[in-house]
Amino acid sequence: MSSKTGFIVERWTRLSAATTVIAAALLIVLAFGPLLFGANVVDNLTNLFIYVILSVMWNALAGYAGLISVGQQTFFGLGAYFAIQLSYHGVAVYPALLLGAVVAALVSLPISALMLRLRGGEFAIGMWVVAELAHLLVVLDPLVNGETGVSLLALTTFNPDTRRDDNYWLALASMVVLLAIVFALLRGRLGASVQAIRDDEDAATSVGVKVMRGKWTIFFLTAFGCALAGTLWLATSITFQPNTYFGVQWTAYMIFMVLVGGLGTFEGPIVGAVVFFLIEFFFGQTGVWYLIGLGAVATLFALFLPRGLWGTVEDKSGLRLLPVGYRLRVPGPEQARAD
Amino acid sequence: MILLSQLINGVLLGGYYALLACGLSFMFGVMRIINLAHGDLAILGACLVFFIADQTGLSPFIGLIVMLPVLAVGGWALQRWMLERSLRAGLLVPLLTTFGLAIVIENGLFEYFGADSRSLAPYIGDFAFDSWAITDNIYIGELAVLIFAVAVVLLGGLKLFLNYTSLGRAIRATAEDADTAELVGINARAVYAVAAAIAVATAGLAGVFLAMRETFSPYSGPTQLIFAFEAVVIGGIGSLSGTLVGGIVLGVAQTFGAQINPQGFLIAGHLVFLLVLAGRLVVGAMRARGGMHGLFARRP
Repeated sequence: MSSKTGFIVERWTRLSAATTVIAAALLIVLAFGPLLFGANVVDNLTNLFIYVILSVMWNALAGYAGLISVGQQTFFGLGAYFAIQLSYHGVAVYPALLLGAVVAALVSLPISALMLRLRGGEFAIGMWVVAELAHLLVVLDPLVNGETGVSLLALTTFNPDTRRDDNYWLALASMVVLLAIVFALLRGRLGASVQAIRDDEDAATSVGVKVMRGKWTIFFLTAFGCALAGTLWLATSITFQPNTYFGVQWTAYMIFMVLVGGLGTFEGPIVGAVVFFLIEFFFGQTGVWYLIGLGAVATLFALFLPRGLWGTVEDKSGLRLLPVGYRLRVPGPEQARAD
Repeated sequence: MILLSQLINGVLLGGYYALLACGLSFMFGVMRIINLAHGDLAILGACLVFFIADQTGLSPFIGLIVMLPVLAVGGWALQRWMLERSLRAGLLVPLLTTFGLAIVIENGLFEYFGADSRSLAPYIGDFAFDSWAITDNIYIGELAVLIFAVAVVLLGGLKLFLNYTSLGRAIRATAEDADTAELVGINARAVYAVAAAIAVATAGLAGVFLAMRETFSPYSGPTQLIFAFEAVVIGGIGSLSGTLVGGIVLGVAQTFGAQINPQGFLIAGHLVFLLVLAGRLVVGAMRARGGMHGLFARRP
């Protein structure tokens, strides 16, 4: 489309069309993963999909809605906890995983009513308090056995190989669906309005952006996404230990992935998740030094490369691999005639 | 009688929280930064004093005299090398960088000190558990009273410092509007560095008292950050005297919560924090949080 100003507003470029096709082809290959790869690769890819979900969710919250949360592990833990509860109450195990995430997302409603009134750093630590409280309350449940935790026994009735493949497909499907939702939301009206809120909440309000609705939608979506990541993690590890699931290290991972990949870009968090996955794969055994490295690298990125790896590439080259935003182009003589 | 004893203990515990929260509140008031490494800096102070006491056998109170300037310089450097740059990058960036710093500090301490719980109590002798008997049933710990007194003196002193010294006035002016303050000849960079030095040193002081009262480990920092934050928010963010009230409310809630359930100590604290938030929402007083725009704004 073009406007009277002579600029062309475009969304699709030849490159973004090409990469969309490539991404689709990659997904089709991944869909056949368990038939193509060995057990180890399937396990690792399942973990990578979960990291992508977490990374994309945290980025939707921080990079688009401007809500920095140190407490998204609340939903990661609650999703897993509710899945276990449902399973022990007779719900079939795979539906329980999905329903657990739904219940955790519903719990996010009263939480968001309170927390979304807070701004900036208050929201950040406020969410951390919520995570700690959720952890303490879950531990009170006798089913959980305190910090010892509980296993999702219903899953052990499956053959380990079947379970591995099912988990893989479930994680892949969850990732694709969540990515598609975020993609659709960001392309639409909500994407524009939450970014306006992020950049200046008061100004956004003054031009009629429904601030609370925008924040709330993103918060609800990310609560669901993090909860789903939690239930997927439960599906792969089977045991639920409150300390692990409600640990603030999940936030550290999310911040690392998003900052390294590129805060506020669509592709960045995916890049960041892959980087995190590789680092964990190669350095995860070094324990404490690995964590020190994560913290230091995240800090350095925030200070010196605030747009992250992907954001920097985008800025330098003007590349947009996926058609998320709009771009303005001054028309060449040929197009001007065509108008 | 037990109730009264609990109440007194809760109030005294609140003194510790106020001391812990003081630096967090101060830094937010002056620079609008919520320092997510605040709790870990407190533990860093405790570890430093523990290291001195352990290596030299010197009393922790002497170790304190060594540690405070070290942490003050650390705070100054933190402002110059990290926070200043973060603030330029945007209001939310300091949250990310201080969170990263927190992870580096706590895992760094773990690397050096290991996972063991430690305490400074063995280094201060009987003082760790000496108490005054008020009646047959009510005992008041001498250390708890000292901590409370230090908190009151520190918060009061800080208030006097801000109100009656020229540096204090410069800090208030910078907090109000850094650009305008620079126009009238105040060096805002230096003011920020001083404020960061004060905030970090008081965090270390609180950490040392924590270590005298009970045990700590390299990973104790986040919990302390949360307590400090709760005290600040309950008391009204940005108000120094409110911080004391907030600390006391938190301390009393935790002490009574502990009577109900072993986990009740923490749960009650978090619940009170959320209830206070919800309460403000209900009475529509959220606008009063406009107080966060000025640590030193006069209350109507």
